[in-house]
Parts: sequence; structure tokens; C-alpha cells
Amino acid sequence: MSPRDVFALRDYLGPQLKGRTFSDARHVVSLTDILSQTCLDARPGELSGRSVLVSVTGQLMAGLAMIEVDGIVRRMLLCPPDLNPDYLSALIEDAEIDTVITDQPERWSDVGLARVVTAGLPLTATAPAQTECASEWLMLTSGTSGVPKIVGHTLEGLCGAIVADGPARGTPPVWATFYDIRRYGGLQIFLRAIIGGGSMVLSQSGEVLADHVARLAARGVTHISGTPSHWRKLLMSGSAAGFAPRYVRLSGEISDQAVLDGLAQAFPNASVGHAYASTEAGVGFAVNDGREGFPASLVGPNKNGVEMKVVDGSLRIRSTRAAHAYIGKRGGTLTDAEGFVDSGDMVELRGDRYYFVGRRGGIINIGGLKVHPEEIEAVINRHANVRMSRAKSRRSPITGSIVVADVILTDGSAERAKEIREEILANCRASLASHKVPAVIRFVEALDVTPAGKLARSDA
Amino acid sequence: MSVRLRVIAAMKQIAEEQQVKLPPLTDELSLHETGFDSLAFAILVARLEDDLGIDPFTISEDAAFPLTVGDFVRAYENVPA
Repeated sequence: MSPRDVFALRDYLGPQLKGRTFSDARHVVSLTDILSQTCLDARPGELSGRSVLVSVTGQLMAGLAMIEVDGIVRRMLLCPPDLNPDYLSALIEDAEIDTVITDQPERWSDVGLARVVTAGLPLTATAPAQTECASEWLMLTSGTSGVPKIVGHTLEGLCGAIVADGPARGTPPVWATFYDIRRYGGLQIFLRAIIGGGSMVLSQSGEVLADHVARLAARGVTHISGTPSHWRKLLMSGSAAGFAPRYVRLSGEISDQAVLDGLAQAFPNASVGHAYASTEAGVGFAVNDGREGFPASLVGPNKNGVEMKVVDGSLRIRSTRAAHAYIGKRGGTLTDAEGFVDSGDMVELRGDRYYFVGRRGGIINIGGLKVHPEEIEAVINRHANVRMSRAKSRRSPITGSIVVADVILTDGSAERAKEIREEILANCRASLASHKVPAVIRFVEALDVTPAGKLARSDA
Repeated sequence: MSVRLRVIAAMKQIAEEQQVKLPPLTDELSLHETGFDSLAFAILVARLEDDLGIDPFTISEDAAFPLTVGDFVRAYENVPA
């Protein structure tokens, strides 16, 4: 294949667009001259055709490394920051890794990899590289216990939804995300910034939310994404004032009506959209009408390379944006015989709309009846004084198990806790079968969120 | 509030939520006659565990489930703190 048929990130970067930046809390890197600079101590050609593990501490370095090696290496495996180091040797073997890009070279000296390439700032001058091949992008699944699976993508597949959406109108966007860009949801935003001619402001691990939001506002962020849990935390923090993005995007968890309404209220000048995507199936669709769920018309015929069907209640996706395979021997098959990925996300048709009800693996069993904690949380979250909730099962000597819920109230509503509890229970009784109504509602100060930005469900 | 009063208060609260019409709660009333179903009892036991810090039906494996309101109240009163 000639390089002309292949595109890489560098093809979207160049000196013609001025003022593009890529930043975290400590550094601002200009993207304008990025192609004639390097963050790596590799010799020219040293990375050609290599299978590279990108294992750096910060997102900024990871993003710079992706820009440099895409189209040069055979494949790159992106390590999220919370990856358990015990899993590295299995991942290195499965992905046939021969080179690591790291900012901690001393940690890799005796791992036995052929090459250890050091990444660091400041950038140094280099001759611009030429795209040689279509690199494979390898990502890790989240949410599973044990060694994560390696999911293989191409840049073309990763960018399918971005290309279909077309360029953002008006001035080039400044993108931000609460995700880490080494996860699927965050990588989408990084790619949107690079492909769409914009800039990007990264999150910084350990940064206080109020400082993060102040930085987003100061850097002029216009487009921003996160999980509903990320957004609920922001709404709870009271830090949203003074920040006025044009586009607010949710993905990674179910966006219920309460969080959509909360964001529309907090950001009256923004369009609020929720997207459905998974590391395996890629971006399915985005919904921009401000309502939870998605139009039933999205299921069925192929749209922009994405075809969806519902079988046994779960959403199945056949898509040019899907991963092409699990890499290595632990993966199993990614798709069924017809090429559909089973998302494991359960949906329910009500009228002309599908609603997400939860994960197949997250079902809790209440006296033999199946319950999705998410459907209970969606009802609880409708109460105006509720910011966030988590439903779970608790063992019961009478029925085996019951539903209980932990709820975070909005500021200043604690003195009405008793009435609010009764109102929440009344809402639940009006909308849910009796075995789904929480037996106990506990008001809590905080709920755990995983490193991937999702509500922690220890019993799921 | 005594353990007995807390048990009775929790039962009344749940009866209201579950729209169960409770008869007068005497010690001799059988639990069956309260109108509570197993879910209502499960809720009651969970809330009392949170309120009183004990679940007499899980602590003791051989504890028979009480038959009357009086037995039920005593199950909570008799748990050593």
C-alpha cells in the first residue's frame, strides 16, 4: 500500500493552522510546529514497523507519542494510568510488543524488551517523518477483573464517527474531556481535536475539580465530554458557574433525563448530546434532542456504516467503527458469525424510543426477579434534590436480597431529608415494580467512581 | 425510644408506604394477619438493622422466624448488645 492510501494523525497537523495547542495543567504544547519536533529519544527510523507499548505517566506525553508514532509503527498499545503492572507481561506477550515508550526508562531496563525509548519534554527539533503504514491502535477493555482484553482498532475505524459528523462549525473547537485519552471515550475526543483542526485541554490526575474547571474556562474550552458520573460530580461541586462550553457530551454510562436536564440548566447556551460507544463496538450514535434513550429508527438499517439490532434485549452492533479483533490468546471472538458485536447493554422499547436499562452483567437478583440497578437510579435521580445515586442489592434473611440505594442530595437539602426520602420512595412506587423499590435509602456524601469515570458497582 | 416502639414505628411507616392497612398491633397478633408480605418484612428487617444495628434473623442460623408480633419484637429485645 502506498502512503497515499494511508492516513495518519500527522496528516491533520501542520503549520497551516496557527494557534492550536495541546495542554495539561503544567504544560502547553503548540500543535502548529509539532511535526518538526519530537518528545522521543529514538533515532530516525528506529520505530518503523515496531510493536510499541505506550506506557507514560501523563496524558500529554501519551498524546504526543501517539502523534509521533502513528503511521510509523506496526501497532501501539495504549496503557491507561491505572493499569495493574502485574498484567504487563501478559499484555506484552499477547500484543507481541518489542518496544516501550516510557518516561521511566529505569523501570524497563530488565524487562527484556528490545528497545526502551524515553519520552520527555522539552520537545527537540527533528526532521518531519513520513507516514509509512496504517498502524494498529490497541486499547484495553475496562471494567473486567483480571487481565484486560486487548482490542484492535485502526485509525480509520476510530475516526468513523468523527468523519461522519463533519467538521465543527465556526471557530476551531477547543476540546476537553474528563476521561483519560488512553481510554476509548477520551481517545475519541483527542482524535476529534486533532482531526478537526482544534486544540485540546487534558485532565490532570490529582487536580481538584474546581481548579480543573477554572483551567477549562481559562483555556477557552468550547467542547467537552465525560461520563454522566463525571458530569454529576461537576454539577454537585458548584464549579460550573463561569464555564460556558458550546457543546457538552456524555458517554460511557446511561445518560438519564435528570443529568441531561441538569446540564441543560447549568449550560443554557450549550447543546447537550449523549453518545453511545464501547471500546469493542466503537461509536454507535449520538443523540442530540435532549432526551434520554434513542429513537427506535436508529435500530435497523445501516447508517454511516453502523447497523444495530436488538436480540434478547441487548443491543448488537455491526459497524465499520468496531474493533477488528481481540488481540492475543485470551480474547475470544469479538463478533458473532454475522459480524455483530454484542454490547451487553440492555435496552427496552417504549413507544418510538429505546431506553437503556442496564448492563447484562450488572443485573441483581431480588427474590428470583432480575433488576437492573440503573433503572432504579434513573427514577431516584429524577427528584430535584438528588444529584447522584447508586442502587444495589443487600442480603435479606427474608427474601434472599432486597434493593437498597445510596443517594447524594443537592447542597442544602439535608434538613428536608425525611420528606425527600418519602418523595423518592413515592416516585419509585409510581414507576417501578414493588420488588425494585428500594427498601432502604441512605443519604451519603460521596459515591465511588472508577478510574474510567463510571459509578463503581462492587456488587455488579 | 424503646426497641418495641421503634419496631412498631417502622412497621407503621412501611404499612403506609406499602398501602397495607394494619390491624391493632397486639403481641398476640400473628404476623400473617398484619397484612405484610415477605417483601414488607424484608424491608422491615433491613431498616431495623440500620436503626438498631442488629439483625436477629441472620445472627442465629437456627432462629425460627417469629409467628406473632410479640415474638418479633422480642427477637430484637433479646439480642445481646
